[in-house]
Amino acid sequence: MKRTMKSNLEVSGIYLIILVMFAVILYPLLWAVGISLNPGTSMFSAKLIPDNWSFDNYNWLFNDPRSDYTLWYKNTLIVASFNALASVVMVGLTAFVFSRYHFVGRKNTIYATLLMQVFPVLMGMVAIYLLLNLVGLLDTFTGLVIFYTVGGLPMNIFLVKGYMDTIPRDLDESAKMDGAGHIRILTRILLPLIAPILAVVALFTFMAPFMDFLTPRIILRSPEKYTVALGLFSFINDKMGNNFTRFAAGTILIALPISTVFLFLQRYLISGLAEGGTKG
Amino acid sequence: MTTEHTPTPAASRVTPSGGTGSGLGANPGTNRGPDPGTPPGANAGASPATAAWLSVVPGLGQYYNRRWIKGTIFLALAVLFAIAMTAPLINGIWGLITLGDDPAADDSRTLLVQGILSAIVVVILAIAYVLNIKDAHRDAVRRREGFAIPSVRKAFHDSWEHGFPYFIVVPTFILLTMIVIFPLLFMVLLAFTNYNLYNSPPAHLLDWVGFENFVQLFTESIWSRSLLAVMAWTVVWTLVATSLQIALAFFLAMIVNDPRVRFKKLIRTVFILPWAVPSFMTVLVFAAMFNDTFGTINRDILSIFNVSIPWLTDPTWARIAIIFVQVWLGFPYVFTLVTGVLQSISKDWYEAADVDGGTRFAKFRYITMPHVLYATAPLLIMQYAYNFNNFNIIYLFNKGGPPVPGQSSGATDILISWVYGLTFDQNNYKMAAAISIIMGLVVAFFAFYQFRRSRSFREEGMY
Repeated sequence: MKRTMKSNLEVSGIYLIILVMFAVILYPLLWAVGISLNPGTSMFSAKLIPDNWSFDNYNWLFNDPRSDYTLWYKNTLIVASFNALASVVMVGLTAFVFSRYHFVGRKNTIYATLLMQVFPVLMGMVAIYLLLNLVGLLDTFTGLVIFYTVGGLPMNIFLVKGYMDTIPRDLDESAKMDGAGHIRILTRILLPLIAPILAVVALFTFMAPFMDFLTPRIILRSPEKYTVALGLFSFINDKMGNNFTRFAAGTILIALPISTVFLFLQRYLISGLAEGGTKG
Repeated sequence: MTTEHTPTPAASRVTPSGGTGSGLGANPGTNRGPDPGTPPGANAGASPATAAWLSVVPGLGQYYNRRWIKGTIFLALAVLFAIAMTAPLINGIWGLITLGDDPAADDSRTLLVQGILSAIVVVILAIAYVLNIKDAHRDAVRRREGFAIPSVRKAFHDSWEHGFPYFIVVPTFILLTMIVIFPLLFMVLLAFTNYNLYNSPPAHLLDWVGFENFVQLFTESIWSRSLLAVMAWTVVWTLVATSLQIALAFFLAMIVNDPRVRFKKLIRTVFILPWAVPSFMTVLVFAAMFNDTFGTINRDILSIFNVSIPWLTDPTWARIAIIFVQVWLGFPYVFTLVTGVLQSISKDWYEAADVDGGTRFAKFRYITMPHVLYATAPLLIMQYAYNFNNFNIIYLFNKGGPPVPGQSSGATDILISWVYGLTFDQNNYKMAAAISIIMGLVVAFFAFYQFRRSRSFREEGMY
């Protein structure tokens, strides 16, 4: 009797803690949704549960001639697609070479890549600006894509290399015996096996431009080239209160697809990350 | 996929270190020239030393080895580089040394960029030059040992076959050099100039000032106080925020994993939400929620108790708020990792402990903890490194503020956000660069750790 009583108390305690966590987690998210449904743009009169619901802010984003939201979304899609494509190709090839080949300087190149991974790219932003200016890539999508792709290379290479190292070498050794070339071994034998981790890389590199306001802020100058994160950030950068309802509406439209994909793929992502991370 | 089992002459030979001798890196010498008329072993008297000495002029050593096409390519490249690159390279290095002498014509920043690029090119050319000499030497050794020199077709085939890693790695590395290494070099050099808002190109020229910026950083009170304050907060922030997020995640993972708890899937999905929603959005939402005047926390929640807390204007409250936000953002990742490990621990362990009459604490201490830590330690350490450089949350939440009198940094500024503020708001590039170098040293410590833990490092010799 006493034992079940104690157990019940414990379980209730656990549920209580979980409920508190639910409240703490969901409150900010629901608050953002509530704010975005307030009519008007001012934060001062906005409420968590608006007196009169409206999709004014969403409507404004898409239909008002002063809103560049769809343009920003399009820009971001372009940058994100090219970034994902270029990253998958470069990361796949480089990780393949690092994982499967012996060559002069292999050890040193791997060390160098590892080292590059830990220095924040932010430290060199001034130089990036000057360099892109020098070669005429400032304020272009090409400059932004190159920066994203190459800046993300070291981390992604190790993610994929770590995963590839777990795939038995016998497979490609025997393909090689049968006369398969380098590219053939990669595309026919290894590609299907490393597809999960490449999907992770593709997803991450695709999502990055949607969430990064910093790099575009330095590389892009003209407002018609803004990506969606930079555009939304410029909404509220000057005065937090003034455009917050529109900002909330705009970010929710980015957050929804990203979070949905993330939740669907989470198991996949986690095993990929854990493997790439610990075995890199 | 090593190349050991192809004992053709042009094939690589395995060196004791496990590497192969084939290929030349950036060097175009992987296109092996032909010499169809030379039978195997015909030049057993070839002298490697002579070949090496001759290739002081690139190509001659290869001619000596009777690799006419290869020699011609080398020679042509050498001549081309000598003609086209000498002047710009000398100019580049000159610019790097002087940083310009005529304010009207020279922009020191451009000279600095060109100078660094020239230095990088010089290093690459030097490596290519050394490889050229080594190549001549090796070919001569091979000729003396009686290896045949391959035909044109075979040479090209071999160069794809054995040069493949280089075709991939070299372009990747050139890009990485431009986008990652070059900016770091640039930053390091800026720390030794006098580049700030009042002395900036194109109106002024920059000068080398030696260690003056570092001396200032440590002796002038506004800088030394800021540096000390920021360093202290960076350490506190990294340790407290990360440890809290790990502790909370560990605790939650344990209680959710309790067999008596139902709806596990739903609970876990909700617990992952803060990770799934882009932090760009949530941090800004939190910034609005914590806003002193219209934020919901003061207006809707704390007003019930009739208190109002200056979350964004008081240093201590701002720090508490920002740590709370980071714990909110960061615990789901660790939660997921720990949950994964908990599910993989065999039940036998706990049953055995039950038989021995182990207490709940003993089971946690001697079974759960070691399992989880063993599996996740490297990833947890990287969480500390991540928060050390967690620019986004600091900047988006309060831009490093509130400002502190007598300091150039805000109360919640960590090193990286301070550097950002100095660079882009105050245009004090020289100090930003000097602080970056200090930060780089700390980061290098983490890098060292990562080197040691990484498998690619430990298993280097295996394949």
